[in-house]
Amino acid sequence: MSESATYVAVVKDECETCHLAVPALAEIHQAGHPLTVYWQDDGAFLGPGLAAAAVDDRALERSFHLAVETVPTLIRLDDGAETGRTVGWHREDWRALTAIPTLGAGLPLHRPGCGSRSVELGVAEALRVRFGETGIRARTVEVASGADAIEACYDRGWSDGLPVVPPTPERILRMLSGTRRDPHEVIGRVPPELAPCTVEKVAINAVMAGCRPEYMPVVLTALEAALDPGFTLHGVTCSTCFSSPVIIVNGPIAKRIGMNSGLNALGQGNRANATIGRAVNLVVRNVGGGRPGEIDRATLGSPGKYTFCFAEDEGDDAWEPLAVSRGIAPGRSAVTVFAGDGIQGVTDQKARTPGQLTRSLAMGLQAVGHPKLCEWAAAVLVLSPEHYAIYREAGWDRGRITRALQGALLLPGEKVAAGAGGVAEGMPPSRAGQRIPKFHPGALLLVRAGGPAGLFSAVLSGWPGGRLFEESHPVTREITE
Amino acid sequence: MTESTVTLHDPTSETAPATRPRRKPPALLEGRTVALFDIGKSRADEFLDYLETRLRARGIATARFAKPTNAKPATTVILDDIAAGADVVVEALAD
Repeated sequence: MSESATYVAVVKDECETCHLAVPALAEIHQAGHPLTVYWQDDGAFLGPGLAAAAVDDRALERSFHLAVETVPTLIRLDDGAETGRTVGWHREDWRALTAIPTLGAGLPLHRPGCGSRSVELGVAEALRVRFGETGIRARTVEVASGADAIEACYDRGWSDGLPVVPPTPERILRMLSGTRRDPHEVIGRVPPELAPCTVEKVAINAVMAGCRPEYMPVVLTALEAALDPGFTLHGVTCSTCFSSPVIIVNGPIAKRIGMNSGLNALGQGNRANATIGRAVNLVVRNVGGGRPGEIDRATLGSPGKYTFCFAEDEGDDAWEPLAVSRGIAPGRSAVTVFAGDGIQGVTDQKARTPGQLTRSLAMGLQAVGHPKLCEWAAAVLVLSPEHYAIYREAGWDRGRITRALQGALLLPGEKVAAGAGGVAEGMPPSRAGQRIPKFHPGALLLVRAGGPAGLFSAVLSGWPGGRLFEESHPVTREITE
Repeated sequence: MTESTVTLHDPTSETAPATRPRRKPPALLEGRTVALFDIGKSRADEFLDYLETRLRARGIATARFAKPTNAKPATTVILDDIAAGADVVVEALAD
């Protein structure tokens, strides 16, 4: 041991191992080695033998700067620089660190320590804000502590109309802990203003949306998919039509973060479903400048412009998940973004065969855009469990159902021609005599979701920009964590 | 942050578009070239054909421009071509 060796310990009263280590700390102190014992909650348990060494660290400043994660922690410093540390009680480690061969002779060989108060949930980020560097580059806005921060967000135009969670630095740091990506990495340029969007900006908007940190990989991937030129987010955002990004999540991450693919999957009540979609739309609004009444020119809009996100039910091994059907390896997590509107329910409680059900669902799908418009918009058909059971019992898989629906949606040109049936809207009369497909190949997506009871499925209409399928189409991306 | 404030971080792009006053429209079209810009909406060509016929009947020069789809913004190249080749532009915006 060098002459200049000093020791620092960090303890807390509520830790039994810290109590157990008190005699050993007293031995170090009594041996004449310079020792400081920082206590995090109540130092009385250290007793009179350590009174001279004990220092109040209830503010956790020293614990933060020492990067203490476990108590007790014993740190050795030589010439002021750390040369070793041990956590919990390990008799041999403590003896090696202090070079006192008899240290803790009456104590057990080993006892694990407890979590430091400085790393408790929510505390670590607060300490980083108070005592360290946050690294957050976004402009700061100071709001008087007596003012309502939620109202301050409204005043600055940051909200979609619902209250947002105020993006404080503590919350942003916690959100950034949900991804290993560099906060300053630019994930893309968000239209319509084509503003560069960093992971940090995504985290700020995810905070406001109400996300948990573990949702970040889904939010980031959904945004990257939406920024794929093939998705045409600019047009989706600025269009007079109804659409916004509908986010469909596949793979193990959906269960891990608690997404809903069952009862009320397209509805309210699930935090992950609700806030992931909201975060994406807030990024479009706040980073991209896609604000309604300005460059978002939607005639009517749709509730999906707040949020529209759900997971696919992958509980049936016979069913190929959407992402797998679109090239993602089985067992991997992925998002698919679809430029979609609201929900049109298709109720059929009488079909008992795949053929009957297919023809019935096709009637619902024919209404996408307009019953007489073909090759116009994409669609998602959300098959409920009871409807899917009819196909499953007959051995029909995704491919067969899709082909059958496409076949049932080859529409006679003369019946969907403009003017036919007394309806001015429709396809060019020049296509009379043809059988016109309702959807471009690849523009009809099937997803399974929903609760166990109900012979209802749902059609999500696509954005008419999809009539030029090569210009705007659904995009699927694997989630990398 | 101070004791009397709460710190928030800006969720926006923190950019402000440069604004400039709109150029005053010319009092007369005679002697000018009118760009007829098809942004890709259906039947835009019908509308622009009609307009072109009317303008030419008055001896006003026209130039046609188009982008392939209304789903995406006009490229800088197209905008530069219009700015260089015309004095006034009419866009066929709706279906």
